[in-house]
Amino acid sequence: MTGVNDDVPDGGRELLRVAGVTKSFPGVRALDGVDLSLRAGEVHVLLGENGAGKSTLIKMLSGAHRPDEGRILVDGQETAIHSAQDAERLGIATIHQEFNLVPGLTVAENLFLGRQPRTRLGLIDRRALHTRAAQLLRRVRLDVPVTVPVRELGIAQLQMVEIAKALSLDARVLIMDEPTAVLTSEEVGTLFGIVRELRASGTGVIFITHHLEEIAALGDRVTVLRDGRSVAEVPASTGENELIRLMVGRDIAEQYPRERPGAPGAPLLRVRGLTRGGAGKGPVFRDVGFEVRAGEVVGLAGLVGAGRTEVARALFGVDRYDAGTVEVDGAVLPPGDVQAAMRAGLGLVPEDRKAQGLVLDASLQDNLTLARLRRDTRAGLVDRGAQRRAAAEVAGRLKVRMSGLGQSARTLSGGNQQKIVIGKWLLAGTRLLILDEPTRGIDVGAKVEIYRLVNDLTAAGCAVLMISSDLPEVLGMSDRVLVMAQGRLVGELSGERATQDAVIELAVRPPDGTDGMNRTNSTDAGDRMQSAMEGSDVG
Amino acid sequence: MSAEAQAAVVRMPGNTPGQWFSKAVLRNGPLGGLAALVVVMAALSGDFLNGQNLLNVGVQASVTAILAFGVTFVIVSAGIDLSVGSVAALSATVVAWAAASGGLPVWLAVLLGLAVGAGAGLISGALVAYGRLPAFIATLAMLSVGRGLALVISGGSPVAVPSSVGRLGDTLGGWLPVPVLVMAAMGLIAALVLARTYTGRAMFAIGGNEEAARLSGIDVRRRKLVIYALSGLFAAVAGIVLAARLTSAQPQAAVGYELDAIAAVVIGGASLSGGSGKASGTLIGALILAVLRNGLNLLSVSAFWQQVATGLVIAVAVLLDTLRRRSAR
Repeated sequence: MTGVNDDVPDGGRELLRVAGVTKSFPGVRALDGVDLSLRAGEVHVLLGENGAGKSTLIKMLSGAHRPDEGRILVDGQETAIHSAQDAERLGIATIHQEFNLVPGLTVAENLFLGRQPRTRLGLIDRRALHTRAAQLLRRVRLDVPVTVPVRELGIAQLQMVEIAKALSLDARVLIMDEPTAVLTSEEVGTLFGIVRELRASGTGVIFITHHLEEIAALGDRVTVLRDGRSVAEVPASTGENELIRLMVGRDIAEQYPRERPGAPGAPLLRVRGLTRGGAGKGPVFRDVGFEVRAGEVVGLAGLVGAGRTEVARALFGVDRYDAGTVEVDGAVLPPGDVQAAMRAGLGLVPEDRKAQGLVLDASLQDNLTLARLRRDTRAGLVDRGAQRRAAAEVAGRLKVRMSGLGQSARTLSGGNQQKIVIGKWLLAGTRLLILDEPTRGIDVGAKVEIYRLVNDLTAAGCAVLMISSDLPEVLGMSDRVLVMAQGRLVGELSGERATQDAVIELAVRPPDGTDGMNRTNSTDAGDRMQSAMEGSDVG
Repeated sequence: MSAEAQAAVVRMPGNTPGQWFSKAVLRNGPLGGLAALVVVMAALSGDFLNGQNLLNVGVQASVTAILAFGVTFVIVSAGIDLSVGSVAALSATVVAWAAASGGLPVWLAVLLGLAVGAGAGLISGALVAYGRLPAFIATLAMLSVGRGLALVISGGSPVAVPSSVGRLGDTLGGWLPVPVLVMAAMGLIAALVLARTYTGRAMFAIGGNEEAARLSGIDVRRRKLVIYALSGLFAAVAGIVLAARLTSAQPQAAVGYELDAIAAVVIGGASLSGGSGKASGTLIGALILAVLRNGLNLLSVSAFWQQVATGLVIAVAVLLDTLRRRSAR
């Protein structure tokens, strides 16, 4: 706010320098000679795929890890950051991806946790606490009472509280790890405004994001990490394709490499009149009917909450439904029976990889073979040898980056974890794979690998039903797109008619066919949808 | 931090015997703890390391270990079974009563006792899987019901077991105690179940992430029935072994044994939050408790102080195991 030049940070003095830092964990070299320099009044973007070393680097700057080799200089002075207290003393504040908030305490108490203003008697000075908290909330334009418990806030509001907390430290170096992942476009705008104010007042900001379009909008310089090395430092105006090339280490010819096969085969899955009543307020989904043919990728688009995941769970037998039928190869599946759905050749890659897809502390082998455990059991005993061979084969085919099949699933990066979940269904002999948000929080390179896998599956005569809130992805990978709104299937688009505008138009139109009434609002609602969709792209 | 701790262990293989010792314990977990305890007891008491006494330790560990093998299944699947002590007493009472008052052939009486144990587990399992009761509550109820039924059937007094069952408490060839053999057999069965059966592998998946297991086609509810039934079956075996040693089935026997069993499982390295556990660990846990009690008896430590020591050992064992895991990450 002191009127420092807004776009050229070159004049700023160097606040922080990381020189040749190396860090190894058992079996992995997480960082290998990383360099990074941050000037005062600069937004420095740290870019890299999941597992490239970004998190390790910022954990080092916030005192959670120590480097094996290399130096960290603050204001030109070599320092050691051994704890969060050291970082705070040096003026380095970090907003981590995982929230560090206490759910039962109020917003104000969370903002000043451990450093609450005291009265002369040593009691907490509630009035000062609330005044100062309210000031911070105004700064991040968060309109909630400071006395509300944090548990009652939504995820975007939590993120803003975290940002306010970091601001209250008056840090000279602010590290933000994917702060926009859970924000809507309006909130992202607010955040960018705050970051620009901080830059103008001379703060150095290290900003991590997977959204390439944010880089040119906010950043000054970009350091690209790949496989634990800093491979390039480029201006933020660098083109997106070049950034991707630097990040992945090769050109990604096409981001959505869908190879459309010839005419689709026989219908594999036929859903008719699927209906499930809700508790009180309208049905969860109603009269949903569609077909998926062998060799096809069918996209299922719609707003978050339109009932897409619920339909997927119902037809896989996880949840019950009140009416309708699910047929595979012409045979009706019994409702609410996962095993029957699996025997018929269905598989589900659920939306929450960690909570629903993986047994995190179990080995990769156990995770990969979980869905075929019954089939590997003979005379009461599980054939562990067959399981090991099958797991090794599929892990190799999917190019899972691991130290061995005994490694626990928890220690893999997001993209590799998702490969394990998909590999589980490949090993179970799945012919119709339901993918629910298959690339959420996965980096560009792993995304493309998953798309190629979808191609391989359909080329082999399998079919894929893909739910995704990432519109370019749904449109780029699907042969047909079904759109759901408020529990109803409101349209089907294919070929040239499948455009972002057309999908949004359908997704926000009232499903009872009374269009025209809300037509005028559709653009507005479309914007909201897009922000909701971007918002759901959790990193 | 964790990585450095491990690196340090690898880089410097022990400067002083003390450091070497603590690192060996840290690295090898429960087995290291048992070895350390044996060394200490042997040093303090000349009678400890004598063959006959070691076999005594085995006999003393047997009932706890057999109970604990069954509880391992439940704990690996992220459940808990508080009823095993009561179910053991109930099963033993049923065997003795059926053979004495009921006049059934002994083999049938034993089968009936085993069926009662498995049935009690099945009921707990149904309450957990289909009634959605927390395992703690369901098995707490079974703890009370099982004990009550044992008292009802026996009228509150001990019932003599048939002599052929009593032989389970004897020694073979004049030296090998049968309870130790039964413990070894049940341990092997438990290890086989955990490592090689569908239900065993499902235990780890359910305990690690029940939702992921369900979405991968594991029939979670039916598996839980089997898991609790297995726990009840192992409890029945333990109850019969205990009755054989005492030559009578006592309705008030095995009170509080469920806590020893849970302690053995946890000392053996299983996590109460599920997803991990081993039969060998559980055996070591039961042996640690038995060595401690036996050693303290030899040293004429009062029973009151023994309870204090047992509590400390449980806390230290699990603390060491937590440290070991953290440094292995």
